[in-house]
Amino acid sequence: MILDAKIPAGPLEQKWTNFKNNAKLINPANKRKFNVIVVGSGLAGASAAATLAELGYQVDCFCFQDSARRAHSIAAQGGINAAKNYQNDGDSVWRLFYDTIKGGDFRAREANVYRLAEVSRNIIDECVSQGVPFAREYGGELTNRSFGGAQVSRTFYARGQTGQQLLLGAYSALSAQIGLGRVQMHEHTEMLDLVLVNGHAKGIVARNLITGEIKSHAADTVLLCTGGYGNVFYLSTNARGCNVTATWRAYKRGAAFANPCYTQIHPTCIPVAGDYQSKLTLMSESLRNDGRVWVPKKQGDDRPPQDIPEEERDYYLERKYPSYGNLAPRDISSRSAKEACDSGRGVGPGGLGVYLDFSAAIQRLGRNTIEERYGNLFEMYENITGESAYERPMRIYPAIHYTMGGLWVDYNLMSNIPGLHVLGEANFSDHGANRLGASALMQGLADGYFVIPNTLGEYLSTQFGGPKITTDLPEFKKTEEEVRERVNKLLSVKGTVPVDTFHRELGLILWDKCGMARTEAGLKEAIAEIKALRERFWKEVCVPGVGAELNQSLERAGRVADFLEFGELMCLDALTREESCGGHFRVEHQTPDGEALRHDDKFAAVFAWLYKGDGKDPELEREPLSYEAVHLATRSYK
Amino acid sequence: MNFHLRLWRQKSADTPGRFEGIEATNITPDCSFLEMLDIVNNRLITDGEEPIAFESDCREGICGTCSLVINGVPQGPGRGAACQVYMRKFKDGETIFVEPFRAGSFPILKDLVVNRSAYERIMRAGGFITEHTGGAPDASAILIPKPVADKAMDAAACIGCGACAAACPNSSAMLFVGAKVTHLNLLPQGQPEAKKRARAMVRAMDEEGFGNCSNYYACEAVCPASVSASVIAKLNRDYIKGEVSEAVGAID
Repeated sequence: MILDAKIPAGPLEQKWTNFKNNAKLINPANKRKFNVIVVGSGLAGASAAATLAELGYQVDCFCFQDSARRAHSIAAQGGINAAKNYQNDGDSVWRLFYDTIKGGDFRAREANVYRLAEVSRNIIDECVSQGVPFAREYGGELTNRSFGGAQVSRTFYARGQTGQQLLLGAYSALSAQIGLGRVQMHEHTEMLDLVLVNGHAKGIVARNLITGEIKSHAADTVLLCTGGYGNVFYLSTNARGCNVTATWRAYKRGAAFANPCYTQIHPTCIPVAGDYQSKLTLMSESLRNDGRVWVPKKQGDDRPPQDIPEEERDYYLERKYPSYGNLAPRDISSRSAKEACDSGRGVGPGGLGVYLDFSAAIQRLGRNTIEERYGNLFEMYENITGESAYERPMRIYPAIHYTMGGLWVDYNLMSNIPGLHVLGEANFSDHGANRLGASALMQGLADGYFVIPNTLGEYLSTQFGGPKITTDLPEFKKTEEEVRERVNKLLSVKGTVPVDTFHRELGLILWDKCGMARTEAGLKEAIAEIKALRERFWKEVCVPGVGAELNQSLERAGRVADFLEFGELMCLDALTREESCGGHFRVEHQTPDGEALRHDDKFAAVFAWLYKGDGKDPELEREPLSYEAVHLATRSYK
Repeated sequence: MNFHLRLWRQKSADTPGRFEGIEATNITPDCSFLEMLDIVNNRLITDGEEPIAFESDCREGICGTCSLVINGVPQGPGRGAACQVYMRKFKDGETIFVEPFRAGSFPILKDLVVNRSAYERIMRAGGFITEHTGGAPDASAILIPKPVADKAMDAAACIGCGACAAACPNSSAMLFVGAKVTHLNLLPQGQPEAKKRARAMVRAMDEEGFGNCSNYYACEAVCPASVSASVIAKLNRDYIKGEVSEAVGAID
């Protein structure tokens, strides 16, 4: 199989324009005849569903939450990037493009990233017109802050709740379309499988989480906007419900899974406190605008932070990366924190923490300014830890936050399964091996508002004239039956061990062996351990209750069963990629000063994995990454 | 720490529920309230009993999925949602009452899970600015003074959890509706539909069976997003303008 990225011809700056000039259009009368399924209602899903409905398509949107507004995009804190250059500080589309490619350690597709930077400007216009209350100056202009991996201020924000406000904007657009009857919203409904008809994605099988009813839904095309798989690690900054099921089921139906080992570990999270913990809480990267990261110079220095004099502190990011300082990209900052702790200089319980200190900023700007900028984050920190960050430095440690890998898509956001489109964090396309801060919101909305409305016609224009797809087709009945069997299988194990126990164990294996530092031996062990854990799961798991009711243990069991399969693929990908790049750090491949060492000759490629059957090795397809506009360089933030 | 929980158990929407006693043992003070419930649930599962159904998602106070009433207070003690309540706030050995939101328009689905789709229908009636993707002017073309943007943001912070209606003796949803109307009606972009929005959302709210505000301010006291009850005053003003405007046949 050849993975054709379908990159339009022409110079980089002209590709998207050329594409749009030649794109296949569907006339308004025909749009009404096409039914589109959108799975997920986060930034990508809600924006796509609303925009496609505005254009006239018949849309069915699904979310497992009780409201579309609760999708996990809601929790994004810091901001959204856009190449507006309102600050007159030298920003441009090219610079946002280049920062993103470089931030991703030269492992993303040039054409996709350039398009992302181009449409970033329209996103801000769109959001403002929806009423998103971005932060403003007294004169009424929009204001910006800086984020990691950039030397300009291009991040728009709404306090520490930017994701919430952007999602509520998309949700309001979606609500308007639901009210008009153009979108049928299915809340509390979880996709459990993808239905293929003659090799094309033509529907899904979903379970109503309140009644337990398993039902098919047919459409002319399916859009998966189902987010990332960070919860495979159990502890992450993701919401409890985030899962890999939709994309994993699509993979098992033939969709290629690309770069699963590219996971982002966010440097500034509240450290783990105990084994009862169900999630890790992020402290926005925006804090690094004013906070300084440090550890004591001396090993095992257990004096309270205020008693450690200035000259005995190691502001290691400022020392190692003077030009970016505390705003070094996430992968680099995380690894540096790990190094500091591994060298015995970590702070707090177990030595797994570093300080993020605001005292200099409070002295310079006053407590009020800091409170205005980060008040809700400081409050959240105090609530969880019982400590005030106005009085003593925050303790932070890296945690799993985002996943750059995802289903493989071409330039049109279509996977290798015709008719299956993948948007937002669920696809692999724009962030390479590391995502820069404030770029996830940008990508989710770019895909939903501006990319898919223009690219969907490429597929739909080939779908005129065929027989109408209905759920009466045998393909639907068969898939439905398989889903029922799987649900019954989970219920019939009747073991004694709760689902959470397996999930936590899986998380520990992966954090240890496929986390911030990975080795060949460790990954091989992890694969064996995951296999054994999966076997135990299917013998010992306890899922109480029945299928035809609200059964949260059953929901969780299905998701964890998929994580137990997916985790193995992630390790296999990490094992096969024998280089270090971005968030993927193979200990065997590093420079003398401990930085990631890429091997462009062998690995400047997307690794896309194809399912070949349970118990069989997946097949690896490579999509070579060719760089026409940028020069492959060693990333330096020094 | 150990706690005696008095928990609302209800099999389904159409069966009666009741409080049941369940013990929570060996709980660390740094544990969150929901993590305490996780621990209890895993113990119940291991003992072959049915776990307690309760909803949560982000567990950082922003998604609004939590729907618990702890010791009579929707979203529990302190600021923030129920997921932001930590066990160090309780005394060792304390009896804690846990029940779902109580409001006629939020029917109970199971144990602590309620149906809040009434809020969705209110939003669909007018909780938006009608605009078409792609047709927006440059963001810098719209100037909004900082105090206005800040006030709009204060209202927009609503997480849509429903604690306001659950706390109100009238089961009024006016804090929720007022928050959205204030957010959008304060902004220049929201002006063209301002009156219509207030009218449509209040009518939808009435249709869902929520009561009206009689100044108890219980909503403001429990709101995890600290939305001020002044949004209800703004809602009332805009609603009256909307009704009068319609009654006299004026152009909205």
